[in-house]
Amino acid sequence: MKTGSALSRNWLVFYAVAYMVFLYAPVVLLPLFAFNDATIIAFPLSGATTKWFTVLWETEALHSAVENSLIVALSTSAISTLLGATAARAMARYRFPGKRGIVGFIMLPLVLPEIIVAVSLLVLLMQLDMELSLWTVVGGHVLICVPFSIAILSSAFQGLDSSLEEASFDLGETRWGTFRRIIFPLVLPGVISSMLITFTISLDEFIIAFFLTGTDVTLPVYIWSQLRFPTKLPSVMALGTILLALSVILLILGEWFRQRAAKRQGIEASATGGFM
Amino acid sequence: MRLSREGRQGLTLISPTLAYALVMLAAPLTMVVTFSFWTQNYLDLDTTLTLDNYREAWGTPIYQVLLLRSLKISLIVTFVTVLLAFPVAYFLSFKVKRRKALWLFLITIPFWTSYLLRVFLWKVILGYNGVLNSALMGMGFIDEPMTFLLYNLNAVVLTLAHAWAPFAILPIFVALEKIDRSLLEAAEDLGDGKIRQFFRVTLPLAMPGVVASTLIVLIPTIGDFITPKLVGGTDGLMIANMIQIQFGKANNAPLGAALAITSMLVVASISVVIFLAGKKFGGKVE
Repeated sequence: MKTGSALSRNWLVFYAVAYMVFLYAPVVLLPLFAFNDATIIAFPLSGATTKWFTVLWETEALHSAVENSLIVALSTSAISTLLGATAARAMARYRFPGKRGIVGFIMLPLVLPEIIVAVSLLVLLMQLDMELSLWTVVGGHVLICVPFSIAILSSAFQGLDSSLEEASFDLGETRWGTFRRIIFPLVLPGVISSMLITFTISLDEFIIAFFLTGTDVTLPVYIWSQLRFPTKLPSVMALGTILLALSVILLILGEWFRQRAAKRQGIEASATGGFM
Repeated sequence: MRLSREGRQGLTLISPTLAYALVMLAAPLTMVVTFSFWTQNYLDLDTTLTLDNYREAWGTPIYQVLLLRSLKISLIVTFVTVLLAFPVAYFLSFKVKRRKALWLFLITIPFWTSYLLRVFLWKVILGYNGVLNSALMGMGFIDEPMTFLLYNLNAVVLTLAHAWAPFAILPIFVALEKIDRSLLEAAEDLGDGKIRQFFRVTLPLAMPGVVASTLIVLIPTIGDFITPKLVGGTDGLMIANMIQIQFGKANNAPLGAALAITSMLVVASISVVIFLAGKKFGGKVE
């Protein structure tokens, strides 16, 4: 009995480690080839260099793509968190008719293939004769980011103790005062976490951006255009390395804020809440 | 109907988000459905309602082949991904005692690197002069590069199984976490061995998580056109590539719309079947 369970335990550990290797195999290659002094992406490695990062620094088209992506990601994160917060608050605090249907509809983009979202928005814009621009991309990104924002924020709003609000009203605070002094500080970490995660999603989103962008391209669309040229590959690797580092930092920050939010409300931060 | 005060406040608060979803989702979806009944000749849009696009989408061999292939690839990818993910979720839930959050975080990190780059990196790994071939040749295991790695169905399955890994693990993990451990003890006391315990208690109770992972992986996979284009070669092209072509180069948006709606209907009906099957075979987790 004892040896049996030890064996199965070891088998699972071995499997989990092998799975992690599979998961990280491509990611580890990014920095490896970003600093490799050769134009072809193959082993053996031929010495370290930082020249691919210098190439990035000198590419004008990349800079405008980064700028476009930042505009899109910042706007998306602000708008979707605002829409997500009001919806999450309504869901957590109020009962209203048609709640299930409304919430289900708002969360629908989570289970729609992105190409469907992209194509249908494109058709609508074509019919309305609207120019494609960075703002059309923002429109699409907000749609797919709102469900994520709601998922993160609803746990923050559900954790709110409504007796705190009542106490505040009893002590003579107005609605706005209660919001500013009680609710907002308590959910702030959740708001920041939502902003960071929606920012990261928008920064990386390709399919919608590909269909809805006009002449200004976002970063993933720019990368897509570069993948055709073999000589550009090492600098794409360098770019990928920078993006990887950036996303990891943003996510660690997001997770940190989420756990702080949970702590403030005196509840245990569940292990999965932030990612689900 | 008169609404209560609470109902009014709730509706007011959710209305901006709802309005956004109506304008940006309901309207476009209605539009694309309408579009699929129209026809287009170069730049002229003919708005007489017709089923021609659907006739073409369902009747032309190329579209049938692509749709069936997409379906086959998506189902294989989903099956492989969920099968590979289950032991990991089980390990996290039952064997890891401390630092669960850290493990989960480590699993999600690769997912947050650019999707495009992750797919592309598999191309780099599996390619003729790629990482795997050059490494194996350098170590003397093989004499010439293996050619069966890239530009086929296997490459698409491998890449997508990798891309959707965290999405498959997390729902199963959550379902496993919810299982009351005393049920397993009870099964043991009643004489069930480890394997019987797993199939009679753990697996049925984990079913909602398995169904969720299956749907989460299946639905977006059908709509992916990056992976087939980068690593799939001609054998790996999927329906989404055709949709993209119709909206782009072929300039036949109505046909593209009909193809998109067809694939959405197919995915939706399969999802319903999977959901019902999961309900039938699974236990209740409350």
